[in-house]
Order: sequence, then C-alpha cells, then structure tokens
Amino acid sequence: MQLSGYRRPDGRVGFRNHVLILPTVACANGVVAAICKRVPEAVTLPIDSGCGMLKEDQLVFARALTNLAGNPNVAAVLCVGLGCEAFKPEQARAAIERFGKPVKAVTMHNAGGYAATVAKGAQMAQELIAGAARVRREPVDIRDLVLGLNCGASDPASGLTANQALGAAVDLLVDAGGSAIIGETTECVGAEHEMATNAASPDVAQRILDTVHRFEGHVKMYGADLSTGEPNQGNMEAGLSTLEEKSLGCIRKIGSRPIVDVIEYADIPSKKGPMLMDSPSYDAPSVTGIVAGGAQVVVFTTGLGTPFGMSIVPVIKVMSNTPAFKRMEDTADLNAGTILDGEETIDETGRRLFDLVLHVANGRATKAEELGENQCQIWRTTLTL
Amino acid sequence: MTQKPALIVIREQDNVATATRDIRSGEVIALSVGEKCLQLVARQDIRFLHKIALRDIAAGERIFKYGAVIGEATQSISAGEHVHVHNIRSLWGRTSG
Repeated sequence: MQLSGYRRPDGRVGFRNHVLILPTVACANGVVAAICKRVPEAVTLPIDSGCGMLKEDQLVFARALTNLAGNPNVAAVLCVGLGCEAFKPEQARAAIERFGKPVKAVTMHNAGGYAATVAKGAQMAQELIAGAARVRREPVDIRDLVLGLNCGASDPASGLTANQALGAAVDLLVDAGGSAIIGETTECVGAEHEMATNAASPDVAQRILDTVHRFEGHVKMYGADLSTGEPNQGNMEAGLSTLEEKSLGCIRKIGSRPIVDVIEYADIPSKKGPMLMDSPSYDAPSVTGIVAGGAQVVVFTTGLGTPFGMSIVPVIKVMSNTPAFKRMEDTADLNAGTILDGEETIDETGRRLFDLVLHVANGRATKAEELGENQCQIWRTTLTL
Repeated sequence: MTQKPALIVIREQDNVATATRDIRSGEVIALSVGEKCLQLVARQDIRFLHKIALRDIAAGERIFKYGAVIGEATQSISAGEHVHVHNIRSLWGRTSG
C-alpha cells in the first residue's frame, strides 16, 4: 500500500496536518479553550503543569513540550502562556523553531489580559490554519513511519493475543524499514534480561538493563518493592502467577527484531528500528513521551478497554479478547481475541493490524479521533513545589 | 484454523500452556506443539487463561512460557496439573540485582 503524508521542513513526515494551540502552563488551559472555540479546526493538548518544578522536571517538561510541538503530525504551533511560568511562550517558540515549522507565541501578561489574549491568539491561529491548509499529502516512504506502542488496562490475554499481534505487525514494519518506540519501563521489570538478549549490540543490551534497574532504584527510594505488588490481585485471579510472566506478556509488543536503541523520555530517536523509551507505565505520560519522540501513529493494546486518545496522533486500540471487545467496541479499532477464538493466527491478526496502521496513517480516523479523546501528561519524577 | 483449541502453547520449549476456555478435570485435550501432537489429561479444573503443566516438572525446575523463564516450581508438578502461585514462584530479585 502506498503511504501518503505531509513532508515537514525537518525532513520528518506527518500523517495528520494539525495546527496545535499549546498551553505552556496549566494557567493557560482556559484561554486556549476559548481560542479553540473560535478556531475549531485547531487542536490543543491539556497541560497539567509548567510551574513549581525542580530543575530535573523543568528540563523534562521543556523537552517534552518542545518535542510534542515538533511531532510531524503538527503543521504549525501557537504557544500560549501566562508569562511567569518556567518555560515561557517565547522560550517555547524559540525552541520549536528548530523544526522549521511556523510557530507563534502569545503571553497573557503582555497581551493586555484574558480577552485580548483570546482575540490575538485566535487571529494568530487563523493565520496558521491558512498556512497549514496549503500543505498537501504526497507519497512518502514507510521508512518515515514511527509507530508508538503502549498497553493499558491489560489482562492475561493481552500477552497471548493483542501484544503478540502487535509484535508481528512491528516485525512487518521494521522489515520494511520503519521504526517503533515501546515505552513503559515499569512493564519491563522482570523481563529485562529477555529484552536485553534481543538488543542489537552489547551496549544497547547494557542500557536496557541499566534503564530498568534505574527505575527499580527509583521505586525503592520510596521504600516500595515492585515484586510484592506485581502481579496485582486482579492479575493473579485472572491467571498471571509472577512478575516475569506479566512483563514478558507486555514486551511482546516490540516484536522479535533487534532493539537498536534506548532513549530518554520524550527524546527524538536518531536511529531507525525498534527502540525502548524510558517512561512510566501509566497511559497518559507514557504515550505523551512516545508522541514527543515523534511517533505519528500509536497502537494501544488493552484487555479491558479504554477510550484513550490524544489530539495530535491517531491511537489505534487493539483488544485482547472478544467478550471485552463486544463490551467496549465503540472505543476499539481491532479485536485480537480472534486468536483465542481459534479464528485467526497471531501472524494473520498481525498482518490485519499492520494494514490498519497504514490505512490510519493515510487518513482513516480511529475511534479515539472520532470521539475527540485527548489525554496528555508530561512525566514528573520529583516533587511539586 | 477452524476449531477453537483448548490450550495455547507459545513456544516449543514451554512447559506450561494457557487455557483458552474453562477446562474440566479429567478432560482429554489434544494439542499441537510445533510439529508434535500431544494428548494431555487435565488433573484439575483449569480456569480460562490459567496455566496447565504440559509435562512432569520437578521441584526447583524452571517454568517456561513465551520460551522464557517466568519462575520456578516450588514443588513437583505433574503433567495436567494447574500451575499458579501455589506451586511456582518468581525468580525476580533472586538471580540478579
């Protein structure tokens, strides 16, 4: 299937053409919502932070915000802020300029108040919309596709069906020259050695182990121990016996091809192929990091079902079993429960999912896009001051 | 594939399989592992998505699923027995870190 996308000035390719109105601090969410009402073609991302952070979190926040705006699904960006936050609209604009896409900024403290910011912001957004409308889809290579991988609300079928089918689809993508980013370091704990044996080099293997062990160390800092809480009671009742079993089910998503790199949260990869991003397992911050990394399409596997979506990226929901799929069909795009039902093999479902990814890249709307679902949360690892 | 198999075996070296439906004690289950066709008698009820031993497993032996180690047997387990937290345990934290 021929892929078509929007070529961006930095050389990457988008599969959506959104104008993003980006709050640089939670204080600007309201004014951004007011601008979006006047400019309904634009999209936004809810920002729950931007202030009261230690240096470590400030750096991650600035990187994530910048790289979310840089995601190639975004044609142009309007940064909207209050004026006294850690990463101000003008700073964000300067950082986002490196992607070469149109970017503007407006600050409430300087614009003359709330109504003036809405008026000015709406006018800027209209100009950006007009510019974005001139960018056309053109034939692009599958090597430009970066697929984000995530799972949530998992059950024991996830590792047998949905995650395995996703792994098969990722193998097809990687063999064609594309890339995939798996996050959720938490879900690698207990399976890190298995994952490391699949690394492309001893250096990558060591970095997989180091990343997982760093996460474990972080958990221990709070006196907690993952091994006593995982698998949790619900997992055990459903049939999962050990931490390794749960994690081994999760990492099926990455497929079987060598893992080429390990990247920091919200960082943009420099290599092509399957990669691990250090991120938490909680859906919103995990997918936010992966989308900041440049994934243009996300596949989200789930056992119980979730409405999860994000405005700037199509999220394809794959369910692990047929009864749950029937219950949550209006949130899900594909049922991998067919594998348990004996109707399809893992490879057949993987092929069907791969084809769906390409259709979605070419413009087919996902359930989450139709619902207008929009979650976003930048990972914070220290305190709120 | 037309008939729904009662068990899923993921890799040939696995010594446990996963039930795709509730299985009754005494049920004779035919299954294929790679090229081989096996017959297994369930010694206990096995609930949907729970695990069953494919062969006799000695105490201390490692349990393989996904072709990888998911833990070790804490007691001897016979083929056809339910495999879960009562007879296997995690090796996490015991072999590394």
